[in-house]
Order: sequence, then structure tokens, then C-alpha cells
Amino acid sequence: MQSSSARMRSTTLDRSLQKTKGDVNLTTFALLFSEMVQYSQNRVDNIQDLQNKLADFGKHVGVRILDLFFLRNGKDKREVRLTPMLIFIQKTFWKFLFNREADHLEQHAQEANVYYIIERECLVNKFISVPKDKGNLNYASFVAGIIEGILCTSGFTCKVHTHQAPRGTTHVITFAQSVMDRESRLDAK
Amino acid sequence: MTSSSSSSNYYFVIVGHADQVVYEIELGGTTGQIAPTTDNRHLNQFIAHAALDLVDEAMWRNSTTYLKQVDKFNEWIVSAYVTAGGLRFLFLYEHLPRTGEDGLKNFLTEIYETYVKLLLNPFYIPDKPIRSGAFDKKIQTIARKWIL
Repeated sequence: MQSSSARMRSTTLDRSLQKTKGDVNLTTFALLFSEMVQYSQNRVDNIQDLQNKLADFGKHVGVRILDLFFLRNGKDKREVRLTPMLIFIQKTFWKFLFNREADHLEQHAQEANVYYIIERECLVNKFISVPKDKGNLNYASFVAGIIEGILCTSGFTCKVHTHQAPRGTTHVITFAQSVMDRESRLDAK
Repeated sequence: MTSSSSSSNYYFVIVGHADQVVYEIELGGTTGQIAPTTDNRHLNQFIAHAALDLVDEAMWRNSTTYLKQVDKFNEWIVSAYVTAGGLRFLFLYEHLPRTGEDGLKNFLTEIYETYVKLLLNPFYIPDKPIRSGAFDKKIQTIARKWIL
């Protein structure tokens, strides 16, 4: 069987990474997201699993989009400390994803390894209404998954949960002890 | 048994988050050279693995992606490139390639681009070994362009 090495074929590895068109249409994204939600809903039994499935989708996106962002924007300084990394996510990255910055970034008063990212109006939840029997289901778990993907892949192991607070959608980021140890080690030097 | 090669041989490896080999390739080699023995291969892997500690140390102090020379073993020099996603590219050489440090940096940056294109494939699971023929060919093309 003659392989295709005789022909000059451009593979996906040759295509450019730069964005060709403008931003993605909100309605298109909403349609895609609603399909994702329905797909997950048909395969789970309870709310926690549904949120986990959405978070998995988000992780899938998160690990890839960080590198893509660095390449497209020609950035070559990585973030190595915790606070600059969180600020980077809140401002630059949120702008890259949703074209605006997240509203608040806060640290828990007592526990130093818990941070909150608060958004008044989450893009993902814009077209979604939660029926009464689903209680505290929150589809922004998808965004939580993206955040978790980004942080875990760049070396800040953590867990991200979402819940709805009066101030808006709140993502609660809990960092692993190894991250806090490394931070204090770097602080000391 | 051949003595350590004095040819312009290079060894490139991509190390994943769990310190596993995601991809490795040997490049270069002058004509007339006997094919690298298994000793050489094991030595390369050993040197790269030993350099990982130093890379880890350097990557948390330095926020640049390209860390020039992190380690030296006898006459082998190890250069590292750390991606935003925490992946480490290690490049072993005895003598700088003909294009120098800049050529090496460009080589690593282009490999990074190619890797991200591979990563965007939803069927590729991050941190799993890369077994794509197209990727091999692309790396060799980039190597010919920048360092060979």
C-alpha cells in the first residue's frame, strides 16, 4: 500500500494557531452549552454528578486554553507566584474568555489557602433557568472546571467549587497544602 | 562498543507532570557513525532525569519560559524550556548547534507551537506519550530548520 508520503499534505500540525475570525456568537455558544448540559443530564442520577461532569468538560478546556493563550498573545513570562496567578486569571484570562474581567477576587479571612472569584453575571448561566426541584445546581461548574484546569496544569493544585451567593456566582478555590508550602518557601528566600 | 560520540548528536525529551516521558527523540548524528548503542540511550535518559530537579528548582524562581543552561554532566549540557502548562522540554547537547543559543530558543518555541496544536486535538489526553508519525516528521523538519 503506497503511503501518502509522496503527496505534500498539510496536517493539522501545520495549520496556524492565530484567530482568523472575530469572537464566537453568544447564541451559538449557548446552544452548544445547552446540548452539553442535556447530554450530561441524561447520564447522571444526581446533582453532584452533573456538576462533576460539567467540571470535567471545563477541565478539558482549561488545560488546553492556557497554552493557546500564551501562544496567541505572545506572552512568555509564566506566573510562578500564587497571587499574581490569581490576578492573571481574574483580569487577563477572564477578558480573553468572556471579554470582561471577573468582579472580585478575595481571600478567605481565616484559611489562607481558600480564595474566591466572584462574578455578578456569569455568561454561562445567562440563558439558563434552574427548576425548583434541582435546588442548588449551578451550571457555572463548567467555568469552575476551566479554572481548575488552568491552575492544576500550571502547578497550583487545587479544587474549585461553585455556589450562588447574593453577590453573584462565587467560585471557591481551595489550594493543596503543597502549593502553600512552596509559596512560603519562595517567600522566605 | 563505541566510546561517547563526539558527533553533533542531540537528545530532546518532553517530560510530563508526573515526571514521565511524553516524547523523546534523538537528532543529528554525523554520517559514518555507528547507530547509537542502548548505553547511549540510557545515559541520555539518566542525564535528563537527573536534571529534572534543577529544572524544578529553576522554574519556580524564574518566570521566563526558556531557561538556558540548567545542568552539565561531563560534557553534556542540559537546556530547559518550561511551558505555561507546566510541561518541561529538555534538550541535551555537547556543543551548541550551528545557530547558537538563539537557534535553540527558536527550535524550542516552534516545538512548543507544534505541541499545542497536538494538544488541541480532543482525542489526545494530556500527559500521555505522543505516538504520532506526523508529529515526528514535524519535529524533524523543525530540527533541520533550526539546529542541524
